[in-house]
Amino acid sequence: MLWACVLLPQLALDDVLRGRPPSDEPLVLVGGPANGRIVVAANLSARAAGVYRGQRLSAAQALLNRFEMVEYDPAATLRAHRMLAAWAYGYSSDVALLPHAVVFEAGSSLKLFGQWADMEPALRRSLDDQGFRHRITLAPNAHAAHVLAGVRDGLAVTSVDELRRTLAPMPLQRARLPEGAADALASMGVRTFGQLMGLPRAGLQRRFGAMLLDYMDALVGDAPATLESFRPPDSLDLRMEWAHEVEQSGALVFPLRRLTGDLAAYLAGRDGGVQRFVVELEHRSGPPTCMPVGLLAAERDARLLFDCARERLERQALPSSVVAMRLIASELPPFVPGGRDLFDTRPANAMPLDQLRGRLLARLGEKAIYRLGRTVDPRPEYAQAREPTAPVPTPETSPRPTWLLDHPIPLRDAPSAVICGPERLETGWWDGDIRRDYYVVRTAQGQRAWVYRAPDEPGRWMLHGWFA
Amino acid sequence: MGSVVALRSLIEGRQVWQGTATPVTTGDEPTGWAMLDAILPAGGWPAAAMTEILLPADGVGELQLLLPTLARHTQAGRTVVVVAPPYTPYVPGWEAGGVRMSKVDIVQADARDALWATEQCLRSGSCAAVLAWPFQADDRALRRLQVAADTGKALAFAFRDRRHLVQASPAALRLELMPGAASRVRVHKCRGGNAPAFPVPVGWT
Repeated sequence: MLWACVLLPQLALDDVLRGRPPSDEPLVLVGGPANGRIVVAANLSARAAGVYRGQRLSAAQALLNRFEMVEYDPAATLRAHRMLAAWAYGYSSDVALLPHAVVFEAGSSLKLFGQWADMEPALRRSLDDQGFRHRITLAPNAHAAHVLAGVRDGLAVTSVDELRRTLAPMPLQRARLPEGAADALASMGVRTFGQLMGLPRAGLQRRFGAMLLDYMDALVGDAPATLESFRPPDSLDLRMEWAHEVEQSGALVFPLRRLTGDLAAYLAGRDGGVQRFVVELEHRSGPPTCMPVGLLAAERDARLLFDCARERLERQALPSSVVAMRLIASELPPFVPGGRDLFDTRPANAMPLDQLRGRLLARLGEKAIYRLGRTVDPRPEYAQAREPTAPVPTPETSPRPTWLLDHPIPLRDAPSAVICGPERLETGWWDGDIRRDYYVVRTAQGQRAWVYRAPDEPGRWMLHGWFA
Repeated sequence: MGSVVALRSLIEGRQVWQGTATPVTTGDEPTGWAMLDAILPAGGWPAAAMTEILLPADGVGELQLLLPTLARHTQAGRTVVVVAPPYTPYVPGWEAGGVRMSKVDIVQADARDALWATEQCLRSGSCAAVLAWPFQADDRALRRLQVAADTGKALAFAFRDRRHLVQASPAALRLELMPGAASRVRVHKCRGGNAPAFPVPVGWT
């Protein structure tokens, strides 16, 4: 078994930064109790000014007179962590969460993704696109991968022997030993992991209990890890919040691209698609503005999801300024990729029909595209429906027009010639009884019209269709 | 008048039209009406281009003209989109013309969105033909449709009122429908040849 570890050294900060356009302004994440506010994370330009993690907020304020302050939200960080686990689920079925890291079993995925040398850059590209800084390592077990990621980025160790050699010179502070063990061992003069492995096991067990030995065995062996594996959730709820108020829908495009991108990454990991999702815009007061986005088929292409959501956003009037955006996808049907013919002669930039229909639906509304089919009803008003119940094999023998007026209107001028008719259509005592004699007539302008007269009103011609 | 320009430079600069039309591929998109095919330079509809059909009024046989084409494409499994039609398409009438209605998508939209939707459908490359009624469209909008039809290799049919005849149009083919006891079609402009001077009768009654 080979386990990959994706260590996220700045998860909380990255989660905040990726929600806003790139900028060089100093930004600081602040947490802790009200009387002892401390810096949880700081971006590059804030760190350059001397702000560091764990510093008191008052000290940071003394160093920098202007910086943006964002409240640290552990729940949001956890959401981002779980989202990345869902992303990793696309690469392996065995995923687990460790502190500041996601580990997954990569050995059995190499058959699909090729060598680790190909898979690793693909992982890095995907994480860069999502805006997360990362370190990636590979080791025979999950704990070792986690430890190695804390030491050096890009380390790939594939055999147990090599792992022992790599771990031997490692300082014990970096080995993520159980609580208290590293300090106690340091005071005993044990500095490296190699020295620790050389100590008699019975003595270690007496001093530190079985937990340390179990951990050491897990670290150097290739036994399956006893980690709780991650299961991706069946629905997705993403939220992005910003400190200032956004007045124009143009400024919402950037966060929208992030959220739809996350949705696409999640769907790819789950090998699913989405047919309907809701984008909610939250305001300072009042109910949120809901924008349902419907697609014709289950899709998961990031660009398409973004295009459809943006079309919807552009048509949305904003009642007041927006403080947060949320994306909720509760129905996640399986994704069926469309088949393409090898000898397809369509132009290179062609868009599949389902995508086209999805795009039209997003802008024009959910009922704007339809197909018509015959029903068994002979009455013209009911002879066709958007969702035809059954195919009708027999074609009409009498002439039928190609345009139908939704409501018959009186014919303006008397017809100049009767081409065909009458044809009596009568039925429907159960709903809207009709009795009509239909004629095909020619009008003075040369049009061919489908008109009828009710038998009890012989002089009145009603226009019902055109033979266009 | 004093300057002498070498004839060769003008011809090589492609600034002089020499009267010979560029050869057009023929017979790719027959209209289904033999008399009409015979006079059109492409032997049918100009492929990947817009055809403008000018009408004196609704219901003079404008769909009748297209039904063989639509039937051919839908029966081959290709999609036809009808964008913002002026009336509801009546299925029995279309089916009588051989059209498979399960391959006909009808799009409802207001005038501005209709142009957008038409362009999207044409550009997508997944529609065989798109029918549109750009009543208010200006020259620029029509040119966009023509370019979109070329990009997506689709047939575009734009139905317009006859009074637009006096305006120039970017369409590759302009037809005028003349109703009467026997309907006739007059070609006003066709790419790749000279427009015939007389209207031709088409074979429906």
